[in-house]
Amino acid sequence: MNLKLIGGAAALAVASSLAFAGTGAVADEFKWMTFAVFGAIIALTMYITYWAARQTHTTSEFYAAGRSVTGVQNGWAIAGDYLSAASFLGIAGLISLYGYDGFMYSVGWLVAYITVLLVIAEPCRNIGKYTLGDILAFRNNPRASKTVAALSTITVSTFYLTAQMVGGGVLIKTLIGIDYTVSVIGVGILMMAYVVFGGMKATTWVQIVKAVLLVTASLVLVLFTWGQYGFSLPSFLQAVVTDAKVQAQVAKLIGDAATNMTAEEMGQRFLEPGLFLKNPIDQISLGMALVLGTAGLPHILMRFFTVPTAQEARKSVIWAMSIIGGFYVLTLFLGMGAAINVGPAVIAGMDKGGNMAAPMLAQFVGGGPESILGNLFLAFVAAVAFATIVAVVAGLVLAAASAMAHDIYVGVIKGDHASPREQVVAARVASVIVGILAIYVGIAAEGQNVAHLVGMAFAVAASSNLPAVFLTLYWKRCSTAGVVAGMLVGSITAIALVMVSPNMTYPQAVLKEARKVLEGEPAQPAKEATPAVKASSLACELFALEGCVKAEPAHPAAAATDAKPGAAEKLARLNEKLAGLTDADEIAAVRKGIADTEKAKAKAEADLAKFEGQTTSMVGLEKPWFLLKNPGLISIPLGFLCVIVFSLLVRDKRSEAMWGELYVRQNTGIHAEGATAH
Amino acid sequence: MSKPEMNWAAINADPRFQALHRKKSGFLWGLMIFAVIAYFLLPIGAAYFQDLFRVKVWGPVNLGIVFALCEFVVAWSIAGVYAKRANRDFDAMAAEIIRDAHNIK
Repeated sequence: MNLKLIGGAAALAVASSLAFAGTGAVADEFKWMTFAVFGAIIALTMYITYWAARQTHTTSEFYAAGRSVTGVQNGWAIAGDYLSAASFLGIAGLISLYGYDGFMYSVGWLVAYITVLLVIAEPCRNIGKYTLGDILAFRNNPRASKTVAALSTITVSTFYLTAQMVGGGVLIKTLIGIDYTVSVIGVGILMMAYVVFGGMKATTWVQIVKAVLLVTASLVLVLFTWGQYGFSLPSFLQAVVTDAKVQAQVAKLIGDAATNMTAEEMGQRFLEPGLFLKNPIDQISLGMALVLGTAGLPHILMRFFTVPTAQEARKSVIWAMSIIGGFYVLTLFLGMGAAINVGPAVIAGMDKGGNMAAPMLAQFVGGGPESILGNLFLAFVAAVAFATIVAVVAGLVLAAASAMAHDIYVGVIKGDHASPREQVVAARVASVIVGILAIYVGIAAEGQNVAHLVGMAFAVAASSNLPAVFLTLYWKRCSTAGVVAGMLVGSITAIALVMVSPNMTYPQAVLKEARKVLEGEPAQPAKEATPAVKASSLACELFALEGCVKAEPAHPAAAATDAKPGAAEKLARLNEKLAGLTDADEIAAVRKGIADTEKAKAKAEADLAKFEGQTTSMVGLEKPWFLLKNPGLISIPLGFLCVIVFSLLVRDKRSEAMWGELYVRQNTGIHAEGATAH
Repeated sequence: MSKPEMNWAAINADPRFQALHRKKSGFLWGLMIFAVIAYFLLPIGAAYFQDLFRVKVWGPVNLGIVFALCEFVVAWSIAGVYAKRANRDFDAMAAEIIRDAHNIK
């Protein structure tokens, strides 16, 4: 029965991707290649699901693959679970557009695993069963702690899931032109098939396959791009520094400051910090959320229940760190390689965030947009991106479904008295519910700004899950009240701060920008250089308070600029210019200028129509009140503080009585949940 | 799987378990603090010590790039040091306690 359904889902996904192909990065005549590679990957993962489904009958098999995954396999699966499209395409893109800052950004994603390795992986393996809630319920009141843990798990997974679904839909559309809604539904059906039929075993192997594909693709690309410089770092970076496209990008990014710099200096500037990340406090806040949040991500925690022992859990983190770290080192070459071979301007023209850097580099390496090999490479990278999305989404759905079925239904509603059969049915039903919800949210959120949702997921995980798990595992006096209060306060603070942060859309700013595009800007008189202004206090750097002096960076002297024309006038001028041109290159350049201006004009008009008459953001603010993009700096300490204070205030007999057992078991692994016999 | 009753409090108080606890927590905290300091030096350096990060040391390779690459090496080294120590010492200490767990009353 399962096989038929799986086959049906696969056929539907392939058919839907074939039927709705529009325009995208892949030219029409080469699309069959992309679909062939997509089809091969879908067929492979469906076979895995079929194979896994035959071995998935019990609860332990469904949630934890029968604890039969080896350390090496789990290491690859963790990498597959963690390297989302955001890190694979996003970081390579950031490096291609902003150089050093993009690379610096990638470091935190690896360092995060030190926390996982040192304080989370082994204890969780030793005392946990299937979910975050199980760990907290070990010594705290099971009903209360499972309820908050499930809420927090579902919140974190939903944020992450929404970002993945929306990002995935946009990505597939940009790459091969499949309609957004169709790709969201396709991704949703595929991942539901993996999870519902194959449970953790299928999810694990889909993630392993994806990680292997991702690493292979990156290695091949780096081999080609770095290889031509004899694998020498200085020669490769020298090529970056002397590249005209890179220099032009730096000139564009630093604006007036570029006037007194030589071309070489501008190229070198690409290898120096400060082109993208402007606010160091925000950086530290994001760093805290990454380093502490990864260890609190439910779908990552869940992976440690799939291995048989704590030693294997340790081994899996070591493998994961090698793969993830190695991959991020490769992104330096992917990003810089895309910058010199494709060019930042072309990459940003395809996608503002730079997400197309790696796919376009692949196309270039294979021989360019007209060549067969180039398009085969592009097809392969597109397929890897697709596999990335389904693998990450499957892990998230499993985590959210386990919180619903195991924590809420079995733990809280049934008071842990559910028959094994009932538990597996509940798990499958919950997976379907979460899957359908994910598809719905993905479609509903089309066109929304979701970039901040991943940051928010990490911030909530770091401010709510991590303090609760950490203090439950390591602090004798931790109690149920502390865990409940800390998780609620930590997550609510994190979410509330993001709601009033610069991540939200502020209509007045959007309208001002749109008018600037449509109506042009008046001439600016010459400005004298101004020194940097320091904020009057730390609080003023974090919040928009009354009487605060806002921090401003130093501005160099700027020459007077002419008035900039509005979009309509600019178009008229360009068209006039076009009529008088004969040189093919110049005509092409002007045509591109016209296309860009029309695009900007259309967007500005759409923004104007959308926000006209609105003055405040979703929560009623005219401008951000919290000035950081990431709330970690405030919400993480607050989460820890609440666990500590409420634990001290409200004592709990069970939490104290169970401490001895918990501490011995988490350190020794006595009575750890074993592998199920086959 | 039958689980015999254990006297957890007694195991917790056992000198061998206490020795494991002391050794392990001291080691873990040390590594964790080192890792956190090493990591946050990167954004702090990139923001407040830009002149230092700009110094070219190997062709166009500057100290900033060297430092960022070092972060990877540091992370891997910490993982390696921990794994080696845990495989050699902590596992053996835990194994001895597990072997004897039923007799600790």
